[in-house]
Amino acid sequence: MPTPRVKMPATAAKGEVFEVKTTIDHDMESGQRKDKDGKPIPRKIINKFTVTLNGKEVFKADWAAAISANPYCSFFLTATESGTVEFKWQDDDGSVYSTSQAITVS
Amino acid sequence: MSTKTSAVTRRTVLAGIGAGAAAMAVAPKLAHADKAAADDSLAKLLGGVKPHDGKVKIKLPQIAENGNTVPFTVTVDSPMTEASYVKAIHVVAEGNPTPGVASFYFTPTGKAEVSMRMRLGKTQDVRAVALMSDGTAWQASQEVKVTIGGCGG
Amino acid sequence: MRKTILAAVIAAVAGGAAVPVLADPPFDAKDPKYAPYIAGEKRSGYTFAEPETRAMQDDDFSNPGFLWVEEGKKMWSKVDGKAGKACKDCHGDAEKSMKGVGTVYPRFDPHANALLTLEQKINQCRTERMEAQPLKFDSKPYNAIATFVKHQSFGMPFAVQTDGPVAPYFDMGRRLYYERRGMSDVACKHCHEDYWGMHMRTELLSQGMPNGFPQYRLKWQTLGTAQKRIRGCFEEVRAEPYPVDSLENTVLELYATWRANGLRVESPAVRK
Repeated sequence: MPTPRVKMPATAAKGEVFEVKTTIDHDMESGQRKDKDGKPIPRKIINKFTVTLNGKEVFKADWAAAISANPYCSFFLTATESGTVEFKWQDDDGSVYSTSQAITVS
Repeated sequence: MSTKTSAVTRRTVLAGIGAGAAAMAVAPKLAHADKAAADDSLAKLLGGVKPHDGKVKIKLPQIAENGNTVPFTVTVDSPMTEASYVKAIHVVAEGNPTPGVASFYFTPTGKAEVSMRMRLGKTQDVRAVALMSDGTAWQASQEVKVTIGGCGG
Repeated sequence: MRKTILAAVIAAVAGGAAVPVLADPPFDAKDPKYAPYIAGEKRSGYTFAEPETRAMQDDDFSNPGFLWVEEGKKMWSKVDGKAGKACKDCHGDAEKSMKGVGTVYPRFDPHANALLTLEQKINQCRTERMEAQPLKFDSKPYNAIATFVKHQSFGMPFAVQTDGPVAPYFDMGRRLYYERRGMSDVACKHCHEDYWGMHMRTELLSQGMPNGFPQYRLKWQTLGTAQKRIRGCFEEVRAEPYPVDSLENTVLELYATWRANGLRVESPAVRK
């Protein structure tokens, strides 16, 4: 079971722009490789990444097989309201890995 | 960082090992996308909007030590307000087996910048296109030389 | 004048296209930012890496190796095995008890009467003290706990012992390090002692210092140990690798680590 890591400030001033860094351990098996017997290894990647603030979507990404293993993604948000930022990674096999972090905006 | 594109200007040693390594490193034949395939893929993502050059910056290493993990940052000149923001950034690699790398969808928050790491199968151009809230599209592209065949390649 | 022996081979392989040749990364031994990566004439692989790779290592969050450190941290306090113990139950706070431990392995273990790598020592602890299954080489938990333990010595200089009961292992390691092998008919020392800093085709040869292991390799797209890397080196010179944890591979790790004595623990380093 992959373990996501997220780094963002726990508190921010209203209007402040802050960076959100995320990463998760995942092989991102591209479907382009073959095993020792020459059989293709089926594709298994995280194909979607979504970020919500208090349930409202603020950032989303579709990833292809060209994304490196253990995908690292960083982006920016503006501090608008206190609440919970939730992160979801969606696997080809239907699994969803998630984590969340609280932010207090003053 | 200085970069050299010609082997002739470099000191090269250990001919014996080099020849061995070179023989081992002949890349398997893989189907690769090309500029036209990348254009097609982008046209679908942009819904037919033609991108102009400008407003977008793509930061990539000039030489990737290994094509498996190539860091990139795309930045777009945009205030990211309700009135004017970047709706999406699409990244395509023209020489990979399939051109798509990632699509990022933004809301009017933060700033128009995203960083990730991608796989590049060979030396090629990488293109980033931004679709703005006013319906226009902007693009930038950069060549990345990918090291293949070394101990780390 | 710089000479090129391989131009023809390179051109043939590249189908005539321009071949990128890595420029020597900008490196100034007097630049204080490199001080933690140099000890006398010894240079960590960090000083041979491109700026993007160094930047990935520098930040504890962007460094993918920390995914393993975090996992290992969880394992430290998790009970496993019939004895009902976690690492923590005997060793307490890893930040204190494991500090420095990573600088002295491979080490002679009187109890096992053998030279053990850090990973072998952890598995010995698991089977004998925790009565748990040994972790499988190169598995996620195997790499995670080893990286977590090694990381507790981050920044400390290596100081592996080579005398006393270690002497015969060390002598064997040195002999293997200088022994020609494989279809390329070269020894470890040819790349890492005689020709480091030069290019072999597109490869900028480093001193082969293992101070970053377990480390994240861009080529592997994952993290691995020195045992794994040494086997990779053998394959690159087209030699049959010694089995994992064999006496040969272990004494080679000892010799390579002794060469890095004085350099600092960088685990988890990021390398190409």
